[in-house]
Amino acid sequence: MNLAQFLAGRLAKGIVVLFAIAVLNFFLIRAAPGDPAQVLAGEAGAADEQLLIQLRERFGLDQPLLTQLWVYLKGYLTFDLGFSYRQQQSVLSLILDRLPATLLLTGAAFIVSLGLGTLMGALAARRAGRWQDSVITTLALVFYATPLFWVALMSQIVFSLKLGLVPNVGYESIGANYTGLARALDIASHLVLPALTLGLFFTALYARMMRASMLEVAGADFVKTARAKGLAPGLVSRRHVARNAILPVVTLAGLQAGQLVGGAVLTETVFAWPGIGRLMFDALVQRDYSVLLGVFFISSAMVVGFNILTDLVYRLADPRIEAVS
Amino acid sequence: MSFLKRFARNRGALIGLAILIVVILFAIIAPQLYPQSPWRTVARPFLAPFVMDRFPLGTDTLGRDIASGLAHGARVSLTIGLVSTLVALLIGVPLGAIAGYAGGIIDDALMRFTEFFQTIPSFALAIVLVAILQPKLGSIVLAIGVVSWPPVARLVRGEVLSLKTREYVQAAITIGQPTARIIWSQVLPNTIAPIIVMGSLMIGSAILLESSLSFLGLGDPNLMSWGYMVGAGRTRLLDAWWISFFPGVAIFLTVLALNLAGEGLNDAMNPRLARESE
Repeated sequence: MNLAQFLAGRLAKGIVVLFAIAVLNFFLIRAAPGDPAQVLAGEAGAADEQLLIQLRERFGLDQPLLTQLWVYLKGYLTFDLGFSYRQQQSVLSLILDRLPATLLLTGAAFIVSLGLGTLMGALAARRAGRWQDSVITTLALVFYATPLFWVALMSQIVFSLKLGLVPNVGYESIGANYTGLARALDIASHLVLPALTLGLFFTALYARMMRASMLEVAGADFVKTARAKGLAPGLVSRRHVARNAILPVVTLAGLQAGQLVGGAVLTETVFAWPGIGRLMFDALVQRDYSVLLGVFFISSAMVVGFNILTDLVYRLADPRIEAVS
Repeated sequence: MSFLKRFARNRGALIGLAILIVVILFAIIAPQLYPQSPWRTVARPFLAPFVMDRFPLGTDTLGRDIASGLAHGARVSLTIGLVSTLVALLIGVPLGAIAGYAGGIIDDALMRFTEFFQTIPSFALAIVLVAILQPKLGSIVLAIGVVSWPPVARLVRGEVLSLKTREYVQAAITIGQPTARIIWSQVLPNTIAPIIVMGSLMIGSAILLESSLSFLGLGDPNLMSWGYMVGAGRTRLLDAWWISFFPGVAIFLTVLALNLAGEGLNDAMNPRLARESE
């Protein structure tokens, strides 16, 4: 299978997933209490009659269910995710405004957690059974059990409110009008806490996976051969063990990127980070269901895209995959 | 070595079990310890912890006793964690068993279905489900169950796939036992150990998920929950840190205890798979 075929296959699969989510959204609107028109208007009971009539007309809410579904899906096909009557803006433009901030946050958290996690895992495996291993495994256990929103709040108290090391909330300093490098540094300093706290759980996860994977590979025949021919232990564990052990970790990490997008709702809420997670929280508070479902759809699309991307990287990193699939 | 001995050899598991027993006891005696509703104002707001003996952990923004909230919240967290895990098992075990045993098209279809649920960002789906169905105990349990079953289905499917080629299962097929009975009485009993281990680890994640939902305001408005308490103290972080701090510690300790005990259970039930370094 060549690259183009592979990509086409994965894209087709992704489109099926997104189609299913659009159908799911359609039925979720009908599962909400009250008339679908009111749900779409986003103000249970408070929307004016004119708007409700208009909505019923537009979504064919007096038509049979299948026709309604068709009208709804046609909207998604033309990238119309609905309209937020609360914010007087289309859902898609609301999301697109916020998307770069979320991509930056989740991307940074992903890179930090994968880098830190594999490093910790590799170190623990090399020192298996010794104190370094105990420290790292304990840390991983602790990170693994810590509620994300709570650690975000606590780090906010300690590192920004008490110690003043990094800014408290937001995406950049308001009114500072930085440009170029100064602006990038300003955003980066705002990014530190959100990215670290969002990545904490995944750091623990990847550290545990990397440790287990390293220990497994360390018993393989080619590692014994490398040792037998007299290679330095450090070299064996870097070149032979770690390189092979990291592959399954990267695959799983790619699969779990979706959880990162979900976790962003909590981090962005705590740090007032202007991304789609914060948008979702606001929509939640305002009962603006169109925005809620739109964010759900787009974050699923992000996950699909992310999965394809990691698969691609994986294929490039490990040519054996091509032969097998 | 007996099961108990193997479990007791793991020090982490024992610590986890000890914490867990304390939390469970705390939850059981909560109504006796704090007969009043945890929602009631009992003292002045923002009372610092360790100042008044009657309110060792202080009071929150509305003068509610934090210790009482923790006790009642323990009931909510443990119940939701347990029940939603059961819901996830109820969905995941049959699906996995059918997929693994039937094979072919049915297996393919069920696994695609499972994959679909694994692709969707689970926390976002849980938020949407609870928001749409309105925050109630039932909808929260359902939402957590719906987003947590896929790993169960995959685990059970894998186990069943390897079990169905065993001789005793083949024998049962040969003597003409009905398929449902074979799955129920020959195959499933042998998958119980890994299911119990996975279930015990899932309770911890379910508690984390529930607390995250109630932190966002998606908790049952009639139930005091740890996540809600953290969220309620958010606006006064700087001058009243304890309001958010203690409930978070409670969540952390409970989830940590469940994970430790679950891992101990894993080592004790699958001695062959136990980590070699220990």
